Amino acid sequence: MKILVCISSVPDTTSKINFTTDGKEFDKNGIQFIINPMDEFSLTKAIFLQASAGATVTVLGVGDASIEPVLRKALAIGANDAIRVNGTAIDSNFVAAQIAKVVKEGAYDLVLTGKESLDYNGGVIPAMVAAHTDYNFINACVGLEVDGTNVTADRDLDGSRESVSFTLPAVVAGQKGIVEEKDLKIPNMRGIMQARSKPLNVVEPTDASASLTVVGYEKPVAKSAVKMVSPDNLDELVTLLREDAQAF
Amino acid sequence: MSIIAFVDSYQKKIKKSAFEVVSYAKNIADQSGKGLKVVAFNVDDVSELEKYGATDIIKVNDAQLDAFSAKTYAEALLSVTEGSIYVLSHSNMGSSIGAFLSIKKQATLITNVLSIPSSMSPFTVKRKSFSGKGIMEVTAATDQIVVTVMPNSFGAQEAAGTGSISEASATTSGNTITVNSIAETSGKVSLKEADIVVSGGRGLKGPENWGMVEELADLLGAATACSKPVADIGWRPHSEHVGQTGIALAPNLYIAIGISGAIQHLAGVNASKKILVINNDPEAPFFKAADYGVCGDAFEVVPALIEKIKAAKA
Repeated sequence: MKILVCISSVPDTTSKINFTTDGKEFDKNGIQFIINPMDEFSLTKAIFLQASAGATVTVLGVGDASIEPVLRKALAIGANDAIRVNGTAIDSNFVAAQIAKVVKEGAYDLVLTGKESLDYNGGVIPAMVAAHTDYNFINACVGLEVDGTNVTADRDLDGSRESVSFTLPAVVAGQKGIVEEKDLKIPNMRGIMQARSKPLNVVEPTDASASLTVVGYEKPVAKSAVKMVSPDNLDELVTLLREDAQAF
Repeated sequence: MSIIAFVDSYQKKIKKSAFEVVSYAKNIADQSGKGLKVVAFNVDDVSELEKYGATDIIKVNDAQLDAFSAKTYAEALLSVTEGSIYVLSHSNMGSSIGAFLSIKKQATLITNVLSIPSSMSPFTVKRKSFSGKGIMEVTAATDQIVVTVMPNSFGAQEAAGTGSISEASATTSGNTITVNSIAETSGKVSLKEADIVVSGGRGLKGPENWGMVEELADLLGAATACSKPVADIGWRPHSEHVGQTGIALAPNLYIAIGISGAIQHLAGVNASKKILVINNDPEAPFFKAADYGVCGDAFEVVPALIEKIKAAKA
C-alpha cells in the first residue's frame, strides 16, 4: 500500500499572529513553524500502517524551501521519503491541484491529511483532492482500520459519530482520534540522523490558478474591559446575563 | 442563475445552522436581484424554512443519500438545480460538499465566512483565519462561487413570505460509502450550533464535578464543552474539546469555568459574542478576553449562580 501524507507548515499554536503594517500580508517575523497538528495525527497513523501493513509512506508539502525543516521532521518521525512542490501555497484551489497531480502520478492508494490547517482554516483541501482524483473521501476521521483494500473508519459528522466502510483508493482527513495524542511519534536521534539521508524530492508545480485574492488582513475587534462581578453579588451577574447577554 | 442554499440535516431533521444558511443566501439573493432556491435532502418537514425567506424549496428523497458522501451529495445537488452562488454551512458536511461543488463547477470556494459580502461584483467577503486570531478579506476570481458560512456568525433572520415546496429526483453516479452505525456525540444541544456553551477546565478538579456544569447548561438550554487538558486526561470526551485543535465556536454566550485561557483555547472561542469567566485565579489570562468575570471558587459561585438564575426565571 502506498500512502501519501499531506503536511502543512503552520505557525506554532502558541504564536501571536501579526500582519504587515499595510495589512496585506501575514507577518512571519518571530514565528516558529510546525507540522500542522491535525496533519501530525494522520502522519502518525500512516507510520502505524507502515508497520502493520507494510505500507510505504511519502510526505508531501507545497511551499518554498522554508517548509523543508517540517518535511525533514516528518521523515525523522518515520516517513520513507518526501516531496516538496516548489510553489507558493496561494489558496486551497492551487494547493489541491498540486496534491492531486502527485496523487495521480504516484498512484497512491491512501491519501492522509489533517482535517484542517491552523493557518487558513479552509478544511477543504482533502475533499478537493478527492474530487480531482475521484477517490473515496471521508472527513473528520477519528478512527481508521485498513484491511487490504477495505477500510472501516469512524467520522465526526457535526454532533454524531458514524462508523463507515468504503474501499481504497481514498482520501481521509484525520484529526485527534485517528490516533491518540499520547501515541504521537516524536523524532528520536536515530530518526533525525536517518532523515538527513532520506530522499526529499523537489518538483515544480502544475499550472493552476488561484481563485482567491486577499484584499487584506485584520485582527478581531478587541474586547472592551472585563466587567468584574463580586462572588458576593451574583444578582448583578444574573442581571448582566439576562439583560446584556440575553441568556434567558 | 439562482442563489442556492443547501440545508444541513441529521436523521431527517433540519439543523439549526440551515436557517442561518437560508438567511445568508436570502440576503445575497436580495442584494443581487436573483432568485433563491433552497435544497433539502431526506428531510421530513421543510416548512419551517419558509420562516427564513425560503420561497422555493426543493425536497429530494433518495435512499442513496441516507449515507453521507460529499461526492454523491454534490452530484445530487447539481442534478436538481443550477446556481451561480451556492451557500452551505461550514460544518463537516457543508464544507465537504462545498469542496466537491467548487471543483465540479470550477467555482471559487470561500470557507469560514463571517459576514455578508461587502461587494457582490467582484464577490468580496470576510472570513476567519489563523484559528480566529485573524480575519481576512478575500475577493473571488470567478462569478461562480461556493460559500460556507461559519455557524453563528450571521444568525438566522426571519423573513416574511410563503413559498412553494416541490419534489425532485436526483441523479448521481452512486454512493460508495456505507454507514455501519451511528452514535450521537452531542448532548441535548449541538455544541457547534449552540447559542450558549458552558465549558469546564482543570479547575473543576475531576469528572465527578461536572454535574454543576451540566445543570447550568440545562438551565440555560446550553451545550457543554471542555478545555483540551480535560479531554486529554479523559474527564470529558474529545468531542467536547473546544479550542485551536478542537472545535471552534461562535456562540452568543460562552461560560468558562475553571479554564485559565491558554492562547490555543482563546483562539477557539474568541468569536463568541459574550464571554463569562469564573476562575479563582485573578491572574488567569482568560479575564482579559472576557466580558464578565467572577474571581472566586467555582464550587461556591456556580451552585449559587444556578440558584439565582432559577429564582430569576421563576
